[in-house]
Amino acid sequence: MTAIARSYQPPAAEADMLPRPFRVVARQQELADCVSLELAPVEGAPLGFVPGQFTMLYVHGVGEIPISISGDPSVSERLVHTIRDVGAVTGALCRLQEGARVGVRGPYGSAWPLERAFGRHLFVVAGGLGLAPLRPLVHWALANRHRLKSVALVYGTRSPDNLLFLEQLRAWAASEGLELGITVDRATADWQGRVGLVTDLLPGMLHDPAETVAMLCGPEPMMRFAAQALGSAGVPQADIHLSMERNMKCGLGWCGHCQLGPFLICRDGPVLPYAELHRLLTVWEL
Amino acid sequence: MAEGKLKSIADLLAAHPLFAGLDPAIADLLAGCARNVHFAAGAYLFQADDAADTFYLLRGGDVALELRMPGRGRLTVQTLHPGEVVGASWILPPYRWRFDARAIGDVRATSLDAACLRAKCDADPRIGYDVMKRFLPIVAERLQTTRLRLLDLYAPPAEVGRQL
Repeated sequence: MTAIARSYQPPAAEADMLPRPFRVVARQQELADCVSLELAPVEGAPLGFVPGQFTMLYVHGVGEIPISISGDPSVSERLVHTIRDVGAVTGALCRLQEGARVGVRGPYGSAWPLERAFGRHLFVVAGGLGLAPLRPLVHWALANRHRLKSVALVYGTRSPDNLLFLEQLRAWAASEGLELGITVDRATADWQGRVGLVTDLLPGMLHDPAETVAMLCGPEPMMRFAAQALGSAGVPQADIHLSMERNMKCGLGWCGHCQLGPFLICRDGPVLPYAELHRLLTVWEL
Repeated sequence: MAEGKLKSIADLLAAHPLFAGLDPAIADLLAGCARNVHFAAGAYLFQADDAADTFYLLRGGDVALELRMPGRGRLTVQTLHPGEVVGASWILPPYRWRFDARAIGDVRATSLDAACLRAKCDADPRIGYDVMKRFLPIVAERLQTTRLRLLDLYAPPAEVGRQL
């Protein structure tokens, strides 16, 4: 690196767009098409984050995409992302091996409203890969279990072989800190668990709706119907929070790619209250 | 003794979510069609194409609704749990089950004789209307959840693209 390059200080706006170099320090094949990468900074301080936030991950020469942080927020030395191979950049990320370099910007976006859950029941609803952005929340909830009345995790996915973080789910289910409900859309008869929608689990697991704070992440129709069911059961609309997804580019609220009505999902979201979202979820143009 | 038994079944009927708030007089009447049953794990409550002559109010244990498919074995369509109803094909002709219903674990249930219940509904439309009002939301809910599952919401985008 030249002396001029070393002394160059980009303006603030430009600095926000510059990825920091990170290295892949561990790689876990979660599902056939899904990988978790643990990243550590090549130099400098680790990247702290709050559950619910995301980063922009840049694969050199391929492109940059937003990915939710899926690791334990108390372990800041390792930044964990869980990625499904659905395109050029995600495919390139999934193929990275230990030692590979990746660019990171962020963390960006709003967080799960953790304080609202203090002294109340926390009800977490995950659909498919939506469990990944919720995992930091569950870590936080278990670390702060004494401040919460109860913690429930309802997880729906396509089939038993698509269950994400299976070992961790088993460990959580074995602990006394969390009530776990799992359901799948389709199964063969050797599956001993539930087959049905996540909303089927609400009657048995939602104990005190008026004193419950719900946090949801998954396919948008699933969140819409689950939020409606939670509202019908008596969870206040202001206490239902959704993690939204739209096509992002800058991650900073500059470009407008991820606009949803009055919100820019990268800046105002991804976590937003259902009370402000529910009318937008059925607007075709959005 | 017989009266005591009927009373206890009437209480069980009234305690099940399907019949929550049921007029005690109607509960007594319906109890004449009901009895308590138990199924060991793996036993079938009914099988596809059998006469839909008995349906069940689940009180304990889980039940899988299944479909057999050559080359793929038994596929689970839905699971049902305590507080839910097993069987809706008894309401409408041809009164035949569409799926197999298998006890996943030990199952405790209250069975209702469908022909007996249909006769009581036909004899007193007030009872029939009450029963139908209780069953229609179950049928509607199952239709809605089936529609949502048809969307295959958790499918990878690439597979959704191929389906479209």
